Amino acid sequence: MKAIATRVLCLSALLLSVVSGRAQERMPSATDPRVGLKAGLRDAGIAIKNMELVSRLPKPDGFSDPKAPAGGAMPPERDPNAPPPPEPAPDAPPPPPIPGINFANSDLAFSANHAVMGSFHGFNTYDIENPVKPKLVGSVVCPGGQGDVSIYGHLLFMSVEQTRGRIDSGTQGVPEKVSAERFRGVRIFDIRDLNKPKQIAAIQTCRGSHTHTLVTSPKDKANIYLYGSGTSTVRPGEEMAGCSGADPKADPNTSLYSIDVIQVPIASPDKAKIVNAPRIFSDTTTGAIAGLWQGGDHGPGTQKTSQTNQCHDITVFPEVGLAAGACSGNGILLDISDPVHPVRLDQASDQNFAYWHSATFNNDGTKVLFTDEWGGGGRPRCRAIDPLTWGADAIFDIVDRKLVFKGYYKMPAVQTEQENCVAHNGSLIPVPGRDIMVQAWYQGGVSVFDFTDSAHPVEIAFFDRGPLDAKNLILGGYWSAYWYNGAIYGSEIARGVDIFKLTPSEYLSQNEIDAALLIRSNEFNPQEQPKVVWPAATVVARAYVDQLARSKSLQPERISALNAALEKVDGIRTGKERGAAALLDQLDAMATQLQSDAGAASGQDAVRLRSLASTIKARTARLR
Amino acid sequence: MRISIPRLALVVLVATAGVSCRTATAGKVASHPPIVQPGAPGQPSRVVDAGKAADLSQVQYTGADIKFMQGMIGHHAQAIEMTELLATRTNSEDMKKLAHRIELSQVDEIKMMQRWLEVRGQQVPSLTAMHAHGATLMPGMLTPDEMEQLARAKGAEFDRVFLEGMIKHHGGALRMVEDLFAQPGAAQDSDIFAFASDVDADQRMEINRMSDMLKELLK
Repeated sequence: MKAIATRVLCLSALLLSVVSGRAQERMPSATDPRVGLKAGLRDAGIAIKNMELVSRLPKPDGFSDPKAPAGGAMPPERDPNAPPPPEPAPDAPPPPPIPGINFANSDLAFSANHAVMGSFHGFNTYDIENPVKPKLVGSVVCPGGQGDVSIYGHLLFMSVEQTRGRIDSGTQGVPEKVSAERFRGVRIFDIRDLNKPKQIAAIQTCRGSHTHTLVTSPKDKANIYLYGSGTSTVRPGEEMAGCSGADPKADPNTSLYSIDVIQVPIASPDKAKIVNAPRIFSDTTTGAIAGLWQGGDHGPGTQKTSQTNQCHDITVFPEVGLAAGACSGNGILLDISDPVHPVRLDQASDQNFAYWHSATFNNDGTKVLFTDEWGGGGRPRCRAIDPLTWGADAIFDIVDRKLVFKGYYKMPAVQTEQENCVAHNGSLIPVPGRDIMVQAWYQGGVSVFDFTDSAHPVEIAFFDRGPLDAKNLILGGYWSAYWYNGAIYGSEIARGVDIFKLTPSEYLSQNEIDAALLIRSNEFNPQEQPKVVWPAATVVARAYVDQLARSKSLQPERISALNAALEKVDGIRTGKERGAAALLDQLDAMATQLQSDAGAASGQDAVRLRSLASTIKARTARLR
Repeated sequence: MRISIPRLALVVLVATAGVSCRTATAGKVASHPPIVQPGAPGQPSRVVDAGKAADLSQVQYTGADIKFMQGMIGHHAQAIEMTELLATRTNSEDMKKLAHRIELSQVDEIKMMQRWLEVRGQQVPSLTAMHAHGATLMPGMLTPDEMEQLARAKGAEFDRVFLEGMIKHHGGALRMVEDLFAQPGAAQDSDIFAFASDVDADQRMEINRMSDMLKELLK
């Protein structure tokens, strides 16, 4: 822990220089506290900065192989003082079955005080009313992978892509090439009884559902929609009519080069069906359906980028009518004001990207951060030889509904050959005045960073464990890391769920954390972004003041005066109290001054000055 | 025997770990809700025990999966052998880039397949034995005669023979994936399913690229 404090300075210096341009290749740091951690399933070494691990939830019974709890063939963990194990006999039995990723945890969704942990094997529900003491309340076995989940009211949706998936949720698989028992698509469960969820519908798709996005429409209140992302092989037409994995030149009705739009009538979810398969990659001039990146590299020394014939994550932001599709070979921007007929507005390409995997908007809808899942998530891609621009996040500004590249962010510490590591899923942390995100990096841990300046992201906090195994790469680490109602939830593929809280630091003040804690939502789904609006609370104002102090855009005397006045205003209940009127007048005058300062300022400082002024005015108006 | 050790170690670790960890683990053990297995849509869900819930004995890797992995190592090895010829025989920068790309992905996948076989106690084929005279060729693989023809070609002629050969070679990998999925009980294990899906996607993309390059060349 001491080492962490002394390295803060050199780490931030490194981070500031990370994204200085495409031409210069930056490499990860070998002197970071995350380097050299001890391996282990339950006793791995830990590096942690500016956050706290408040609870850990190992996988429940029935969701791992007791003979290989980490998922792979790994030497047993042992007490360091115990005598060495005997040599295996020459006639030793063959190695035990290897569950691999059959039991891998995948994505998380939240509803009220519940977190649902999806897995390749089913899903588990936890009561998280007290994140320090979470409780398992339901276990559902339902294999088929990836098992990504999302929730709408009492409906839970789950993605199934593998050929072993069964309509009846059986664990026995489907041995036949063509079978009516096979299920690949999106399952719908009724979860009113968390102890005993019931499957109410199962929508078959040609390519299965690797993942999906829940889409609500401000105009269509009778239905919700799912964007199904199929990324695997197409099933035979004999199993499901109309399915074709042919090249579009050979078959214009190919199941490739599309997404599945599933309509779910809220009143009768069992009638859910596919209503469109939009050709969102088509060439706008020729109409050819394979109109985007054809696959391959971009010239000498560049990355090989996958072909755009599928979307991985499609992140929707219904309040701004936009979606960002991370679609294999391109990042695309979609107009989803009509959710059944998404329209492509723009597409980005990147010579450092291997596979466009996921997307996150900032809260203003003026930026989008795309991730590159180089190596597919199962490979070590944070080694000393892996540049910080490969397998990273690429941050784009949205200007006139077009994507404009600004910078990269990658978890900056060198990881071992035994740790699968690359950019993966994350969410915003609702700190007013800043764009802050928490993100999973598989066995590279969890990283919290600020991308308010899109070209110069800065890390704020992190958590990392050593590899699952010292010798073998066993798939593990964080699939996703999301902020939900005050805590960070990390879904660890092999180790279970970890829950964290942020702690204040020079990069993030207690007021900023407290302002984020004010935001409570009743639901959170991956790839579905809500617009956050902060209340006119004193702590929100104080968060802005802290930011203006940090950027040195206000004189220290004015910072002190603002803090003093804001502290006093918390002590009064109405403007009629003695001395209150004078305080409110003083604050209003301060707000007027801030407003005029904003006119002379630029960039994010101007935004913060204006937001601070309006928060103060709203606060005083309520007290008057 | 080796299996019981980590479980014992786990208990010891939990007992000595921090408060939050102990709380979470103890909670889980003390009150595990029933494990439920849903039925088909409209059918009731039923309660199953942990042993049954975690029983994946029927979706384990099969002989077909092992053969697929073993065969694909030899198949990939030939692609690398073909790309090695490129350095001295082509004048095209595009061809060199293509070869480099193929080589990187095939080497990476070979390593993965070798490890997969090794940890499962299966025979890991040597890279050279697979394409010796008389060895069984996997679908799409070039015969020894075809390999010799390629080795003799130079310049644009080499490019044409290489692209035609590699398209055929990659097409064979697609057939191997298709054959795998057609085998009863194959590719039911998650790792195999993911790997076969990746091979399919990657080789399809390269075939598309190479077909375009070949079309350009024959213009």
